[in-house]
Amino acid sequence: MTLARRIIPCLDVDAGRVVKGIEFEGLRDMGDPAELAARYNREGADELVVLDISASVQGRATFLETIRRVAEQLNIPLTAGGGIRTMEDGRAVLRAGADKVTVNTAAVHRPELISELSQQFGAQAVVLSLDVKRKGDSWEAYTHGGRTATGLDATKWAAEAVARGAGEILLTSIDRDGTCSGFDCELTAKIAQTVPVPVIASGGASTFEDFLAVFTDGRADAALAASIFHQETRSIAAMKKFLAERGVPIRLSR
Amino acid sequence: MKIAIVDYGAGNLPSVERALRALGAETERAVDPRQLETARAIVLPGVGHFAAFVAGLRERNLTWALRAAFEAGKPMLGICLGLQAMFASSEEAPGDPGLGFFPEQVRALPTNVKSPHIGWNQLRKTRESILLRGIPDDAYFYFAHSFAAPASAAPTVAACDHGFPFAAVIERGSLAGVQFHPEKSGETGAQVLRNFVESVQ
Repeated sequence: MTLARRIIPCLDVDAGRVVKGIEFEGLRDMGDPAELAARYNREGADELVVLDISASVQGRATFLETIRRVAEQLNIPLTAGGGIRTMEDGRAVLRAGADKVTVNTAAVHRPELISELSQQFGAQAVVLSLDVKRKGDSWEAYTHGGRTATGLDATKWAAEAVARGAGEILLTSIDRDGTCSGFDCELTAKIAQTVPVPVIASGGASTFEDFLAVFTDGRADAALAASIFHQETRSIAAMKKFLAERGVPIRLSR
Repeated sequence: MKIAIVDYGAGNLPSVERALRALGAETERAVDPRQLETARAIVLPGVGHFAAFVAGLRERNLTWALRAAFEAGKPMLGICLGLQAMFASSEEAPGDPGLGFFPEQVRALPTNVKSPHIGWNQLRKTRESILLRGIPDDAYFYFAHSFAAPASAAPTVAACDHGFPFAAVIERGSLAGVQFHPEKSGETGAQVLRNFVESVQ
């Protein structure tokens, strides 16, 4: 009996479409969120994350509609976030069908948001999205999609967020994001050993070996990736088989 | 007759409803004690805080209605917090009594393991189970909780370990409960719900 490590595809959505950021090109359309969600559900994803990367107030209704359409396709857990500023934003996302909500920028500005969401919906429904960059021997937390430095030490902020009721940490290495050079296992292990809640590693994944490394050296409880799954070049089922054969506790679909 | 899904004002109701309807079950959201009286069976879903949960039931006059349904032998399935509410109390809110169908206290997961217990875990069957019929022993189920009832509780038919052995599936008489989320546990979870629906036909 072992708690399985989770493989979590992530859909970055803008105006109701899944997109991928391409350097110097802007956004590339990767498809319909509900269609991709149905595929991942079928292929054995352990969970799905949907992030509103535009996070604009005007786009809110569209994002909630996307959550509703995605949730209808799933019989696995759904996490949603991006631009969550208030309790009401969080409630709307959960009402639309998400099981968990991620918070980042607004929680840095007003950490009480984490406490309020946790008291209302439970710690298992509140995920701290922690975007970090290496700074000498430590890591610094960033907000606004990785554009704004906070001056906060990532491990200290993670510990505070957990003390306030965050039940999970979605940890993204900004240095690695989009580089395909693998997860930052040193960072992931550091945070995973500091906080008493599960840590989802994100940023830099490209190969099956990257996932193996983050579950062993990185001590991650779950690993997230976006675009590497979208184009069907790497199937989730094949990756899970690869990991299971190497001794990682994995839920294999039948 | 329909399956009443207790709507206490928060929680995972829509996904539980969708999962039951996908199996062909007729469901209704119950906000009124009379709906529980006329229902064929009752599903008690729940996520969040124990105190908010029991307060939500109380405010809607559903606490006594659930106790009456229990006395009448009406089939009932508690999910996650819904299972926990069937016990006498919880360390999460010691001043707020649960439904008290079972005498044990729900306990916090210890600090030597990650809490919440989030993710897919396996079960250890301790007795013959109706809810687990047709499900392989090594199947995975999705959990998301920080509190749990001890596996030593009398109605336990399958246990899971996370910090301590806890009740993952309970069955006794007309009462059943699961600590995991069947509505989020893929095809395996759908089978659990199918077993419940078939058992109350």
